[in-house]
Amino acid sequence: MKNFGYTRHTDRQIDFDATDKRLYQFVFDLEPSINLCIFCGTCAATCSAGHFTTLSFRRISLLLRRGMNDIVKKEIENCMLCGKCQLVCPKGVNTRNVILQIVKGIEKYEL
Amino acid sequence: MLKEGKKYIWKDYQKEIADNHYYYARSCIRQNFFPGSEATFLRILKNELNKDIFDDPEHTTCTGIGYHSDIIPLETTMTVVARHFALMTAAGYKNLVPSCITSFGIYSEILETWHEFPETLEKTREHLFKATGREFNLPENVVHTSDIIFKFRDEIAARGRFRLIDQSTGQPLRIVEHIGCHYARMFPHKGIGGAEYPYVLAGMVESWGGEVIDYPERRHCCGFGFRQYLVQANRGYSLSCSRKKFESMEPYKPDMIITNCPGCPYFLDRWQYVIAEQEGKTYGENGQGIPVFTYEEVAGLVLGYDPWDLGLQVHQINVEPLLDKMGIPYNPDEKYAGPDGQDLGQPAELTCMHNL
Repeated sequence: MKNFGYTRHTDRQIDFDATDKRLYQFVFDLEPSINLCIFCGTCAATCSAGHFTTLSFRRISLLLRRGMNDIVKKEIENCMLCGKCQLVCPKGVNTRNVILQIVKGIEKYEL
Repeated sequence: MLKEGKKYIWKDYQKEIADNHYYYARSCIRQNFFPGSEATFLRILKNELNKDIFDDPEHTTCTGIGYHSDIIPLETTMTVVARHFALMTAAGYKNLVPSCITSFGIYSEILETWHEFPETLEKTREHLFKATGREFNLPENVVHTSDIIFKFRDEIAARGRFRLIDQSTGQPLRIVEHIGCHYARMFPHKGIGGAEYPYVLAGMVESWGGEVIDYPERRHCCGFGFRQYLVQANRGYSLSCSRKKFESMEPYKPDMIITNCPGCPYFLDRWQYVIAEQEGKTYGENGQGIPVFTYEEVAGLVLGYDPWDLGLQVHQINVEPLLDKMGIPYNPDEKYAGPDGQDLGQPAELTCMHNL
């Protein structure tokens, strides 16, 4: 490759027509409350693991919709399933079950 | 695309374009990147349309590049622009026609500033008089050169020898039009069709027989962005913007791109080469790129001018496939011959795109 002294940047545009929606759909079918998430971030603010890692349920919820499943897979490894996020969620999302279903979905689709 | 809706919106963004007696303001970079374009504009106006246009050798840069790169203060730019107006006043003209989209934006911005803050106009008059002893009147009509070609597009079509039609199929050529950001995004009412649906190039394409392609990233910037290009390490921003457009237009299989800005044809042309070198990807037919033209070059082709007189040999992407489609005759041996027949030299062999 010729060196011009610069390279193009990775495109961060998300094409929702082309994303992998399998995992989100799997979780939604088994735990429909994920659809109530308004991405307020209360879960992330209270997350104990989030103090020491990049774990954020808000972010996981967002990444699931964007089909960025490889990042989701890595992030949920930090979750302790303590359930504090579920206690504070103003919309009543069953966050613990969402995490558990994500694990099952990853196994099912071999992501 | 629902054309009825677009036409309804376009009617709110019509502007007055002077009919004759123009004071021409050349572009710093256009006359270097695509020198044939400005010469062709003057040729069309003088020889085809019999208009009075004054190409003033005293004219200088408008400082637009320095201004948008934050290295020249607005007061300096206003004084330089005031000098242009003084030259125009001295030459006896009232209709300013800049060749550059950024100059058009600069003139519009400064006139609007002077309108909103009259004290800045008085201060600029003082600065100019102290510096040069000149005085000036404000222009009565400021339009971009593409507005002039748009106004006379039907006359050009009537006098034309060729149309934007694929001779082998009889179908209209599929054309991507790209409008410079400073044409209407700064002041939508100063552009034909406004900022959302600029019609200036689409109108030309329709009049000359082509078909305008509506694609998702049609209104995306080409990526010039001044600082994005001036610093070498930042050029990835510029490249990424153009690539986004190419990726978006590729499925529609465009035959050509037509632009009305100095930077856009340059970057849409050159970045295709860079992408081909870096990624091995080409966007046109048969491993070629998509030819990129200025509106003057397209007008010149329609009028039957010799392609090499239009300066098409300085394009990075070969234009011959399009000339063949339109049925325009050309002599390959004269491609790199100068106006006096001297040899301009052959470009280096490309490794990334198929040579003709």
